[in-house]
Amino acid sequence: MNDAQTLAVEVVGVEQVTPLIKHFKLAPVGGGSLPVFSGGSHIIVVMRAADRVHKNPYSLLGSPSQLETYEIGVRRMEESRGGSHYMHDRVVVGSRLEIAHPVNLFGLDKIARKHVLIAGGIGITPFLAQLEDLHGGAVPYELHYSVRSAEHAAFLERLRRREGERLHMYHDSEGQMIPFETLLAAQPLGTHVYVCGPAGMINHVINTARSCGWPDSHIHWEQFSAPPVGDVFEVFLARSKISVHVPHDQSLLESIEAAGVEVPYLCRGGVCGFCHTRVLELDGELVHNDHFLSDADKAKGSSIMPCVSRARCKRLVLDL
Amino acid sequence: MNAVFNLHETFRDDFSYRNSPRAIRRFPLPFPEDSYMYSVNIEPHLPGPPGAVTEFAFDVDEHYVAECRERAIVLAAEPLRYQALPHMMSSQWDCLELIMESLARDYPAHFSLAKQGNSWHWINRPLQIDQRFTFGDTTTLPHEPLDYITRQAQGDFVVMDQREGDLWAEAGMVTTQADWSLDFDLGMTFKEWHGPVPLAHELGVFDRALKFLLNLRLGQPVRRLNWTMTIHPRLDTSPENYPHWGQDRATVTPQNAGDLVHLRVELQGLWRLPRSNAIVFGIRCYLISLRELATVPKWARRVHRVLRDLHPALVDYKGLTRYRDAAVAWLAPFDDGAPTTPGTAPE
Repeated sequence: MNDAQTLAVEVVGVEQVTPLIKHFKLAPVGGGSLPVFSGGSHIIVVMRAADRVHKNPYSLLGSPSQLETYEIGVRRMEESRGGSHYMHDRVVVGSRLEIAHPVNLFGLDKIARKHVLIAGGIGITPFLAQLEDLHGGAVPYELHYSVRSAEHAAFLERLRRREGERLHMYHDSEGQMIPFETLLAAQPLGTHVYVCGPAGMINHVINTARSCGWPDSHIHWEQFSAPPVGDVFEVFLARSKISVHVPHDQSLLESIEAAGVEVPYLCRGGVCGFCHTRVLELDGELVHNDHFLSDADKAKGSSIMPCVSRARCKRLVLDL
Repeated sequence: MNAVFNLHETFRDDFSYRNSPRAIRRFPLPFPEDSYMYSVNIEPHLPGPPGAVTEFAFDVDEHYVAECRERAIVLAAEPLRYQALPHMMSSQWDCLELIMESLARDYPAHFSLAKQGNSWHWINRPLQIDQRFTFGDTTTLPHEPLDYITRQAQGDFVVMDQREGDLWAEAGMVTTQADWSLDFDLGMTFKEWHGPVPLAHELGVFDRALKFLLNLRLGQPVRRLNWTMTIHPRLDTSPENYPHWGQDRATVTPQNAGDLVHLRVELQGLWRLPRSNAIVFGIRCYLISLRELATVPKWARRVHRVLRDLHPALVDYKGLTRYRDAAVAWLAPFDDGAPTTPGTAPE
């Protein structure tokens, strides 16, 4: 995408729902409806801060059939490069933002016989919209939602009210753990599992499901990596013939964009593969933080996902 | 465009289908140069110039009424030309919405759509249809939503569900096809249903096309042109009806090729659908006889050269083997060897 295709929205609601999570409602500037979307979709929110532009992906958590507003949940990240802090500290009712059209990289499988949804913390957000699609349907489902403690359980009231016995809550503070092994070992054939949460949880679900004999096609996960901070480095863009400085708290993609070079992207979180870029020269090593490239491709070092990955090097030349 | 419809033309029996001079001038020639090979020739489906077949999302032209009648004839004989698997219902409503909104917006003289919440009122004046229904409630329409709306549209439609990093052809209306069958392909993955295409797999065309389509965005449809040739202006060249049309290919001579042989061009459009996250693939067929084509001197030269030099594997795959030489012979007198200008415009 590029910025010509964004929609202008106004913040019409802000609510602190847990000590770390704020819930925002966004309405189209000038009224009307927002585009229809499917559960599991995310939008890119463009934040124009004084010193830089942040573009962060957030899952849509409202009902796909209520299109007067989009709803997102934003967790304040401790090691934020600024995006989540901007949303928490600067964005109030009446603020204007730009968003990109929804993209779904985490859709429900339509031929599943049963859905098992597993959420950790802020990972609940994509499931909130999916539950709107599942509710009242013929396919059975259950939701397992793990949080640090009761005060961190965002959106619990709306889940309790509607999901009843299909909701299973786990509080770390009380030593409650999702029983991954027994949960995944006991599912009927044709069940699909979906997990969204911290990296450790996602990896554990994937590994447990595989060891229980689940096919990969039935295991779904989404984790938007915030671009990690890292060493400062320089990159040379071969086709644009310019050098770009990448500061420690700005991603490679953001730095390239700030230099005026457009790179196609969809998720900005290392998931979709859209910003896949060829590495032409490297004197040092790449720091791959994406979930797209295979381990073999990462080891080869001939390409990089600039949305989340970086380099520790003296010289990096990209085919841009 | 507010087309005047060729109400009585036919695509079978007496084959009275003809293109008006205006339809010839706007024909989507798929050859920007004098030779042809596969490429991933996908471009954004942005509005083309006024009068072009790409001016609007869905082109409604002078053949609209006759094509809808032809579709009804095929469906009456072979109901399985329309099929949709049960999990495709939300994508069916997505398609109905996309087509109705596009036609009502782009051709207000012919179509209108009024909505009050989920209560919709659809008017199709050329086909004299006036339908009130509840969006999302299949019991309020005479057919399933995709069946209903594609009976009122030109071109075939295939809806692909996206899962497991692939696209699965799991619903469709296919009555104007170039020798492939929805009944056979239903449920196949993207590469499975493109399996018979020669050379393109080796060129990596389908790897790149699939990767591109998996990331197709809402509100940013794309299009491409594809082509083959057909004897007579016959829309329904299906494998199911091969006995009716296959033998026509043995009747072509250098003398009659101008009237029998038709260039068959598909304007293919791809849209991401919002509720289902599926993709609808529209395959709109345009037919033009070599005689009509040769009224544009540049096109006669170019098509002569393309056919003459076509890769043998493509000649076979496109089913041209029996009559390619006759078509080339018929076109040869129109080719004086002069260079052609780049691009497809008729000059």
